Amino acid sequence: MHNSSRNHFELFNLPARFAIDLNTLDQHYRKLQSAVHPDRFAAAPAAERLHSMQQATQANEAYRTLKDPTARARYLLQINGVDTEEESNTAMPAEFLVLQMEWREAMEDARAARDIPALDKLLHEMQQESKTLQQHLHWALDEKKAYSEAAETVRKLRFLDKVRDDIQQSISKLEE
Amino acid sequence: MAYSDKVLDHYENPRNVGTLDKNDPHVGTGMVGAPACGDVMKLQIKVNDDGIIEDAKFKTYGCGSAIASSSLVTEWLKGKSLDQAAQIKNSAIVEELALPPVKIHCSVLAEDAIKAALADLKAKQTPAVAAA
Repeated sequence: MHNSSRNHFELFNLPARFAIDLNTLDQHYRKLQSAVHPDRFAAAPAAERLHSMQQATQANEAYRTLKDPTARARYLLQINGVDTEEESNTAMPAEFLVLQMEWREAMEDARAARDIPALDKLLHEMQQESKTLQQHLHWALDEKKAYSEAAETVRKLRFLDKVRDDIQQSISKLEE
Repeated sequence: MAYSDKVLDHYENPRNVGTLDKNDPHVGTGMVGAPACGDVMKLQIKVNDDGIIEDAKFKTYGCGSAIASSSLVTEWLKGKSLDQAAQIKNSAIVEELALPPVKIHCSVLAEDAIKAALADLKAKQTPAVAAA
């Protein structure tokens, strides 16, 4: 049971940073997953079977968290005792919110016109913007330890993730 | 999840959708957003010289409950003084629209939008008072 006290980074033998090597994460995840896979413990005593199952579950959850940049930043802040307040903090910078409205309007117009190229273009714009915010997270979390700034950037990324998902959904619906 | 009749009514016939001139010194603009669901709400109020809200407009991107919450508060705001407006609580919105627990954050967003619009108006009017 000693593994349950290790955090997600420790579990995969990675430094607790925003900028991590995703290939290393993949490799370490696959190694750990095969080592603790419940199939290997099929004939083991019940306690060991349960333990391997718990480890496999933790490995899956840790992998999902660290693979996604927004979730990784949120988790890093959490282990440093900072809440990202995504449920309660509604005070976003006005210019950011204006941009959100413009993107949503552009998305709705493109969707109504069944204009897939326009949606693709918007998706690309969104990905560029996300990249910029992720670079900021690397700076704020890894270099400056500016946690409250990083928390606001996580909130911004959460908005972008949502718009991105909505655009992708619109595109796949139009392509059906 | 089923919406209440009042939510549906506001959602299908939203009141006071639109924009006021944000540069008008009598207009306060509040913009807020909920990261968890991606909702964005803009609420604007216009006060007359007696400090009474004579017009309110909103523009909201979000679910039916967020649109209904903002539509409802624009109705409530008209005719109120700024102090009365500041007293509007999200719990009253929840009650009026019969919002389920998972949609309470929509009412919080509307309350925060009112506060932001009032703060914007106050910030705009303070230098004018000082100059007079």
